[in-house]
Amino acid sequence: MGQAINDIQEELIEEFGLFEDWADKYEYLIDLGKKLAPMSDAYKTEENVIKGCQSRVWLHAEKQGDLVVFQADSEAIIVKGMISMLIRVLSNHTPAEILAADLYFIDQIGMSQHLAQTRSNGLVSMVKQMQHYALAFS
Amino acid sequence: MAEKLNIDQIRADFPVLHQQVNKAPLVYFDNAATTQKPKAVMDALTAYYEQDNANIHRGIHTLAERATTSYELTRKKLAAFLNSPSTDQIIFTSGTTAGINLVAQTFGRANVGKGDQIIVSNLEHHSNIVPWQMIAEEKGAEIKVIPVSDEGVLDIEALKGLLNPKVKLVAVNHVSNAIGTINPIAEIISLAHAVGAKVLIDGAQSVAHLAVDVQALDLDFFVFSAHKLFGPTGVGVLYGKRVLLEAMPPYQGGGEMIKEVSFSGTTYNELPYKFEAGTPNIADVIAFGAALDYVQAIPAEALAAQEEALLAYATEKLQSIPGLKIVGTAPEKIAVISFVVDGVHPQDIGVLLDKFGIAIRTGHHCAQPLMQRYDLVGTCRASFSFYNTFEEIDRFVLCLEKTLQMLQ
Ligand SMILES: Cc1ncc(COP(=O)(O)O)c(C=O)c1O
Repeated sequence: MGQAINDIQEELIEEFGLFEDWADKYEYLIDLGKKLAPMSDAYKTEENVIKGCQSRVWLHAEKQGDLVVFQADSEAIIVKGMISMLIRVLSNHTPAEILAADLYFIDQIGMSQHLAQTRSNGLVSMVKQMQHYALAFS
Repeated sequence: MAEKLNIDQIRADFPVLHQQVNKAPLVYFDNAATTQKPKAVMDALTAYYEQDNANIHRGIHTLAERATTSYELTRKKLAAFLNSPSTDQIIFTSGTTAGINLVAQTFGRANVGKGDQIIVSNLEHHSNIVPWQMIAEEKGAEIKVIPVSDEGVLDIEALKGLLNPKVKLVAVNHVSNAIGTINPIAEIISLAHAVGAKVLIDGAQSVAHLAVDVQALDLDFFVFSAHKLFGPTGVGVLYGKRVLLEAMPPYQGGGEMIKEVSFSGTTYNELPYKFEAGTPNIADVIAFGAALDYVQAIPAEALAAQEEALLAYATEKLQSIPGLKIVGTAPEKIAVISFVVDGVHPQDIGVLLDKFGIAIRTGHHCAQPLMQRYDLVGTCRASFSFYNTFEEIDRFVLCLEKTLQMLQ
């Protein structure tokens, strides 16, 4: 058994709690983006693309045993940092866990602005798409 | 030597500029998207609603009279602003987009037929592409495109090659919103007229920076939005030549645009009311009058000199940043700088600059065909107005350098 979704959220909140300055927070976020496990080019297909108005996001999901495993990428590094956190929180969980997840950490670490900009990046659609996959795999 | 503007005094007229954004003083460099409003505009809005609010043209009571007079006064001011031969050639719309759609659905529908052509340019905003594509598709007409050079200059020789008697309309912007190029509209108009084509000029980006004389230019149609000229949102202007406007069928049906309605037939009202169906945006039109008074009170030469100086200063400073490339280097441009940085997505730059309190625009600027021409996903765009300062540019460049350090 891996970590529960809320434990991972708490971990992220704690990590971000170390920074007082927005610049340090963003440097960490950018770093997470840079360290995101690369997505295989085979998955960077037109089918897997989630179109934001300004940057594209690719999302691939597959079922490994009972668990849903996500891979994703983006052209923009800050979005990639957000993706990295979403994958850390949601990937390797069962469809039921993913569908029940309440992603409160985003607000608590002060990054909700990136999910409010509905059209400019693909993040909101990506979260929805992750849930769609979970539903399809359940 | 033109008189210099007192920028501090001018900035005091724009309340929105005096605030902290993300704990830093706001630097507003997104003036091409919409300009800020002087206090006089808000005052006019409040005064209208507090003292004069009434529906116009139909009422005989005093408030209706006052509201009508103020509304029509803005039309008069606009006629003077554009040197229109008459006030009734000034039609109020809700914006540039609405004006272009009006012309496409009336003039376009009546005059564009199967096998005809409409010319647009590679520099256009989607608003000046899609309405023409819609009418072309409906009528079986073709869209032709004036190409643009690497610097961002329209290829006038290519336009000459495209023009022929099948061309019914040429639709180009006066100034490109994405990269700031000022297009040679006088030349485009005379070339188009020589083959019998009419011309629509999208002046959304020019009116805040350049004088426009519709008669000297022999303009057929000119459209723009009040909100890019220090006025409120929700108001636009369409100027048209009288013969064209009179021959055009009405656009939307309703109140105000009719002379007489009966079930055996309806006769339409005269210009400009024929194209202003329904209760218009009275309050914002009146407030737009205050915006026009405000900008026209600033000496035009001094205003242009301030913007030119800001552009030159910012261009020079940005060019010294390694890896930064300015997109759009036409010799004639307004105070807009589009740029990209090697290996960095424009959106990341925009997000971090916002954290420093700096507002710029990132993305395709509703000009995807231009982005495709340059093989870019988008750019960062800083657009200046006369109320911007050299200190703001210094801070912008400094914060941009910090931003790039974080991203690279
Ligand atoms: C050149 C140009 N044309 C048209 C428009 C559309 O104007 P509006 O959205 O006010 O109708 C804009 C606004 O961004 C523009 O810059």
